[in-house]
Amino acid sequence: MSMLVLEDVHTHYGKIEALHGVSVEVNKGEIVSLIGANGAGKTTLLMTVCGMPQATSGRIILEGRDITREPTAQIMRSGLAIVPEGRRIFSGLTVEENLHMGGFFTSKSEIRKSQAHVYELFPRLKERENQRAGTMSGGEQQMLAIGRALMSSPHMIILDEPSLGLAPLIIKQIFEIIGHLRDEGITVFLVEQNAHQALNLADRGYVLETGKIRLHDTGKNLLANPDVQNAYLGG
Amino acid sequence: MAANNIRHALFCAIVTLIISFPILGLSLEAKGVNITLSGAKTSTYVAIVLAAVAVFVFQIFRDTFMGALGKLPNLNPLAGREPMEQNKRVKLESWLLTGIVVFALFWPFLVSRGSVDLATLVLIYIMLALGLNVVVGLAGLLDLGYVAFYAVGAYTFALLSQYTGISFWMALPIGALLAGLTGMILGFPVLRLRGDYLAIVTLGFGEIIRILLNNWTTLTGGPNGIGGIPEPTLFGMEFGRRVKEEGNTSFHETFGIAYSGEHKVIFLYLIALVLAVITALIIRRFMRMPVGRAWEALREDEIAARSLGLSRTAVKLSAFTIGAFFAGFAGTVFASKQGFISPESFVFLESAIILAIVVLGGMGSQLGVILAAIAVTILPELAREFSEYRMLIFGAAMVLMMVWRPQGLLPVRRVQITLNKQG
Ligand SMILES: Nc1ncnc2c1ncn2[C@@H]1O[C@H](COP(=O)(O)OP(=O)(O)OP(=O)(O)O)[C@@H](O)[C@H]1O
Ligand SMILES: [Mg+2]
Repeated sequence: MSMLVLEDVHTHYGKIEALHGVSVEVNKGEIVSLIGANGAGKTTLLMTVCGMPQATSGRIILEGRDITREPTAQIMRSGLAIVPEGRRIFSGLTVEENLHMGGFFTSKSEIRKSQAHVYELFPRLKERENQRAGTMSGGEQQMLAIGRALMSSPHMIILDEPSLGLAPLIIKQIFEIIGHLRDEGITVFLVEQNAHQALNLADRGYVLETGKIRLHDTGKNLLANPDVQNAYLGG
Repeated sequence: MAANNIRHALFCAIVTLIISFPILGLSLEAKGVNITLSGAKTSTYVAIVLAAVAVFVFQIFRDTFMGALGKLPNLNPLAGREPMEQNKRVKLESWLLTGIVVFALFWPFLVSRGSVDLATLVLIYIMLALGLNVVVGLAGLLDLGYVAFYAVGAYTFALLSQYTGISFWMALPIGALLAGLTGMILGFPVLRLRGDYLAIVTLGFGEIIRILLNNWTTLTGGPNGIGGIPEPTLFGMEFGRRVKEEGNTSFHETFGIAYSGEHKVIFLYLIALVLAVITALIIRRFMRMPVGRAWEALREDEIAARSLGLSRTAVKLSAFTIGAFFAGFAGTVFASKQGFISPESFVFLESAIILAIVVLGGMGSQLGVILAAIAVTILPELAREFSEYRMLIFGAAMVLMMVWRPQGLLPVRRVQITLNKQG
């Protein structure tokens, strides 16, 4: 059963084409990792799924529904959540307010339930409930970004470089949480520079190179692939 | 470094000379049909040179001056304190606001008619600033044409009263709704714009409305304006010496008291007060509702807000519409207070003043906005004895304010929690 399918997706920034016909498939309950060099178009691919920017051609299908032409607001209210690149938490709001923004379109009782769940995953956030989000450490902010995305009880979560700029210990913790999310039945689509850990955790992986999918295979096979080792795993 | 400083100071001094010499040093005089150019008094030239020297000296020691100014916040007893807890703060603000309102209720009976009149104007500015605060302070949309919606409210009442003889109480909701509708219509094309671009386009819209009012002479009377706008009535009682409208009674006759012009002024003041309180309460309500949080989220990070499923269009439009609605509210009161309006009341300077109030008040805080509205309206009045220099003093006060407290009088959230306390 596929959760998300991209068929020959092209995306443009003005006249420049950033994605040259990308096809990706993410099955329900999987962790799929996407790796690639800086500027390969990973963020562009994720954001295209969210409809900002919209694909110029091709099809994007989420849980059997064609969302290629749907506005962002509609896509993001249908069981999909994203932890955007650079976290993008609301730094002026408190931790709790940030979480509540994540559950904007759900009922009060749902918010209470998901909030308790998020605090279970990240006890640190509970301690900092009333702190302004902008004053937290990078790791805490990343936890908040993930927590905020979970507030809408998504079926699928997209993460754009969640380990960016974090210490190894925190990265390990974040990867553990991501594995835990899969155990809860949430489908995960993960973009990472940290190719080793990302492929290790992933069921399957894709390699993106200058707007095109170069390789795709299981996580284990990609890790063993000499090309991947040379280019992304430091030989 | 030092040479650089001197060069910069010299440059500034020369600019001062270049700017002030033609403006102050030369004067045009009409002699019959001819206009002749003549110089000014020697004292003026001396003053210009002195000013240039002053600029030069200031620029050379600027860093020292500014450093000293930067230390000034230490004089402010509130600056170094820990930020108050959010809940406590909100409570304190509510108490203060209630206190102010109670005081404002009794105040007009103690002071002169002129003061009450000025206070009514302050209340109108408070309504305007509270409305603009939604757009600029909460939603973060820099709107430089806000006065347009004020004009729509005022002209709606003026025109309806002229053509249909509508009363103030009927016109109030109609004016506000029409202004809100205008806000929505004008909001649509500018939604995609951000920051400076939005500011420029809204500035343009403000001017378009004013120019339209100025030139559509058949409907609006153009620059001549519209007069004879009725005052509000109290349950059908008029406040004039004689009853103007069939079926109404007059206030002083009903209560068997002597006629006094003050009744009317105080009544208008009280209406403005009630409406300002209603405005504050409604907007407060909005701020606590999800839509209020959506405004803040969109201001903080548009991409993040959209990625949570918020519709940029809906959120921005709601802020624009609600802001415009209350400008229309204020406009209706203004028209009623003045009895006469013309496009001259709705120039860009008005937008700028309202924006100044919002910025001075601290972008988002209601109490701050109210204090700033009082300061900005009263200060030029107090400075009246300085006649032509009062705007200069006003400007200087604003600059000082921005240096001293760049986040405004009462910013919504104190910006930082001091870290050294933990160590
Ligand atoms: N808003 C934009 N406007 C124009 N070009 C853009 C925009 N965003 C990205 N690009 C271009 O699209 C290409 C892909 O960028 P993208 O951000 O998707 O790369 P990435 O794989 O996420 O890189 P990184 O690993 O550094 O995050 C780059 O060449 C970039 O310059
Ligand atoms: Mg990226």
